[in-house]
Amino acid sequence: MALDEYRPQEGDEAYEGPREFRQVGTRPDRPDGFDKVTGRARFGADMYAPGMLHAAILRSPHAHARIVRLDTSKAEALEGVKAVVTRADFSKNVIFAPGTVGEFWNILENIMAGEKALYDGHAVAAVAATTPLIARDALKLIEVEYEILPHVTDVDEAMKPGAPVIREGAADRSVPEGMHPNVVRYHESGHGDVEAGFAEADLVIEDHFTTEATHQGYIEPHACLGTLGADGKGELWCCTQGHWYVQKVCAALLDLETANLRVTASEIGGGFGGKTTVFIEPVALALSRKAGRPVKLVMSRAEVFRATGPTASASMDIRIGMKKDGTITAAQGTFRLQGGAFPGAPMEFTAMCAFACYDLRHVRQVGYDVMTNRPKQAAYRAPGSPMAAFAVESVIDELCNRLGLDPIEVRLKNAAREGTKASYGPTYPRIGLVETLEAARAHPHYAAPLKPGQGRGISCGFWFNYGGETSVSLALSEDGSAQVMVGTPDIGGSRASMALMAAEVLGIPYENIRVTVADTGSLGYNEISHGSRVTYASGLATIKAARDAVRKLRQRAADKWGIDVEAVDWVDGCAVPSGPNAGDFDPLPLAEITKTMGATGGPISGHFEATPEGAGVSFATHIVDAEVDRETGKTRVVRYTVVQDAGKAIHPTYVEGQFQGGAAQGIGWALNEEYIYGEDGRLQNPGFLDYRIPVASDLPMIDTVIVEVPNPGHPFGVRGVGETSICPPLAAIANAVSNAAGVRLRDLPMRPSRILDELEKQRDDA
Amino acid sequence: MTKIHVTARINGDEVEFLCDPRETMLDVLRDRLGLIGAKEGCGTGDCGACSITLDGRLVCSCLMLGVEAEGREIGTVEGIAEGENLHPLQRKFIEHAALQCGFCTPGILVAAKNLLERNPDPSEEEVRYWLAGNLCRCTGYDKIIRAVLDAAAEMREAS
Ligand code: FES
Ligand code: FES
Repeated sequence: MALDEYRPQEGDEAYEGPREFRQVGTRPDRPDGFDKVTGRARFGADMYAPGMLHAAILRSPHAHARIVRLDTSKAEALEGVKAVVTRADFSKNVIFAPGTVGEFWNILENIMAGEKALYDGHAVAAVAATTPLIARDALKLIEVEYEILPHVTDVDEAMKPGAPVIREGAADRSVPEGMHPNVVRYHESGHGDVEAGFAEADLVIEDHFTTEATHQGYIEPHACLGTLGADGKGELWCCTQGHWYVQKVCAALLDLETANLRVTASEIGGGFGGKTTVFIEPVALALSRKAGRPVKLVMSRAEVFRATGPTASASMDIRIGMKKDGTITAAQGTFRLQGGAFPGAPMEFTAMCAFACYDLRHVRQVGYDVMTNRPKQAAYRAPGSPMAAFAVESVIDELCNRLGLDPIEVRLKNAAREGTKASYGPTYPRIGLVETLEAARAHPHYAAPLKPGQGRGISCGFWFNYGGETSVSLALSEDGSAQVMVGTPDIGGSRASMALMAAEVLGIPYENIRVTVADTGSLGYNEISHGSRVTYASGLATIKAARDAVRKLRQRAADKWGIDVEAVDWVDGCAVPSGPNAGDFDPLPLAEITKTMGATGGPISGHFEATPEGAGVSFATHIVDAEVDRETGKTRVVRYTVVQDAGKAIHPTYVEGQFQGGAAQGIGWALNEEYIYGEDGRLQNPGFLDYRIPVASDLPMIDTVIVEVPNPGHPFGVRGVGETSICPPLAAIANAVSNAAGVRLRDLPMRPSRILDELEKQRDDA
Repeated sequence: MTKIHVTARINGDEVEFLCDPRETMLDVLRDRLGLIGAKEGCGTGDCGACSITLDGRLVCSCLMLGVEAEGREIGTVEGIAEGENLHPLQRKFIEHAALQCGFCTPGILVAAKNLLERNPDPSEEEVRYWLAGNLCRCTGYDKIIRAVLDAAAEMREAS
């Protein structure tokens, strides 16, 4: 996905002011709950088709190698094998371009290697056979001769003179002269004069931080079922965060007309950004076209780790100056992110989010997008922001400690507010950072006593949020129930939020609304479910589509009563005469109007299509207590509180769920999770045993506080809530560790061996 | 490869199938018997999404071969509800929003039901350790643990 799709937004849809809600803000059961607790829900791998074949992908075992010879003839000859594809079976019309401009070329090159394998796990060929076992056997018969090339997997190494070049000509024009060809994009922003600012400080701290690549870790591996005929028409079922995007990419990579490929999104077993792009769908379709049969392709967990997007890893330098009273005088950051063997590491977001929480006169940030021999990074929950928050909030904590200041008071003193010029340029409208800090300060957690060996950490976090292209249709049934068609897959209960908003506007019970995730043939374009956009943008479109239907309902009542539509109000699900006609007629309920709609002008439905641009930025403050075992180096999170601004919580339980889920992922990133590469450039831990995400026994309950500072760009005040919650945990835990054990961890993850090293240094120093 | 004939009892029903000796129980359930409730998250015994019971014991169906089912009693998520009545765990999972994407849910329900059959009054810590083999990436486990504890309390009251 193009990075500029995440660009920060300015508002155009106005908040309509505080009001009494009847349904919004309640906590009904989700409409798809029954299917999901009984095993009926169909996820990516749960679809079967008559005559279906099973596919498997051959992947490079080398980090960097030229493909000298590729012979698939023995595999093709195996009994049961129906098709084999290589790069030659994909479009020749997808054009290379530097930077992220050539995104489709980058996707094509990523899903099927061209002349070179660029990372361990890079796809080289694929097979479709009558059973999964035959497909796997056939892979072993494909002969590939590789010429192994020198590789590089570390971001700092990849920038050094003499580092192996991943691809000449991949850099775009933003990159300053003289940089290594692996540096492919450059960003610079800020305002003021940082050197003057540092001169005013009583204390300046400058430090270096690193974070490793982590994987989104959705439990459902990528899976799809594709059918494509020689006539260029096809059907695709897949787990994705955005099926219109899949449609567009597959059409481009296979030379199809977009409308001739109908894509249906399955239920999705987690995404967190990792399912915003395309990995296997064009491969399944290419195999299907060749074999003339439906093809199912399901990734193994090892493939998910080796070949789908982890987040970028980062190397960062931060410098912040503070006065004795806690005022930040200047801030500066350099962010080097590696995003694998392709351009696109979200370094501009890292740079732009880094200091977004603070009102700064002097601020400057620089970002580098660097290529290495690793899988192509993909978005992961607030892409780019958590690593920045880790580095910046760690330095702020260190400044507070050394100056003897309270971490919440210092953040409040410097907090961005309405009217603040953001570090990344725009001036903030109404925002809720101060409110989250005040709520954190007032929370009993902040004053609770700590046990020996425990420390408390605080951190703030920021994410832009996003709107994007959105279409929603709402159709009324004769009995007065309503079907809402949305185009954004339901990753975490969004059907419930949409139904609540539609019910609120229509004035009918929540239970009478069915929300369906429509396929690409049933609705206009919908952008991917990303950027925390679903409740904001699909929600806004649902409200507007429902209002469109209400306008038509009022018209029918006006026609029936023989009065002007302007003299008909909509109150609690009924048309009511108003103004001079008030009281002239009995209220006319929605179901009464729909009962006769066929005879009074035809079916009634509502539509809305737009690209809403008023997504409200979102802030959070987290409090964490951690305990460090000085003998083993193990860190345990013993208490956790998330405070975040939701604007308006439509379904508070699912908002809490987003807060808790983001915090848990952040805890994993901080303490355990990392991509480990060997000397040979191969990924050492492509499984859940060695890539350890938090399990139930690792975590405490995660307390939540929902702050509601309405987003000026949404009628009900909604802000996205999905992403910000992963930004603060990294630093909050590092700060807690520092307060618990007196050691400052500047490299993630804070695994026991690193903590033990720091404790040893501490003993040596003493 | 020659297929092997297997007879087993699944969710109370007698079932017969032919399977390749290399096929896992998970593949048999999903691809041969149409029981798609059990999910494959890893295929290596690390995520618990494929959890089933084998003669009342909790197992990862991805680590079991289909041929090993011969003569055994198997329980899957499809067998948890009684007719149209959801099991208290299922109701509580919906009520507490103990699922976001719902991919881990079948495995967690099978595992939690198995826990409550052994221990009707587990502590929070016991639930956390029992479910430590079931990964959930969406929820942070908070609402899952609460749902299990609440279901246990309701079931104790009812019995
Ligand atoms: S699929 Fe069996 S444990 Fe993960
Ligand atoms: S709800 Fe998504 S993995 Fe548990």
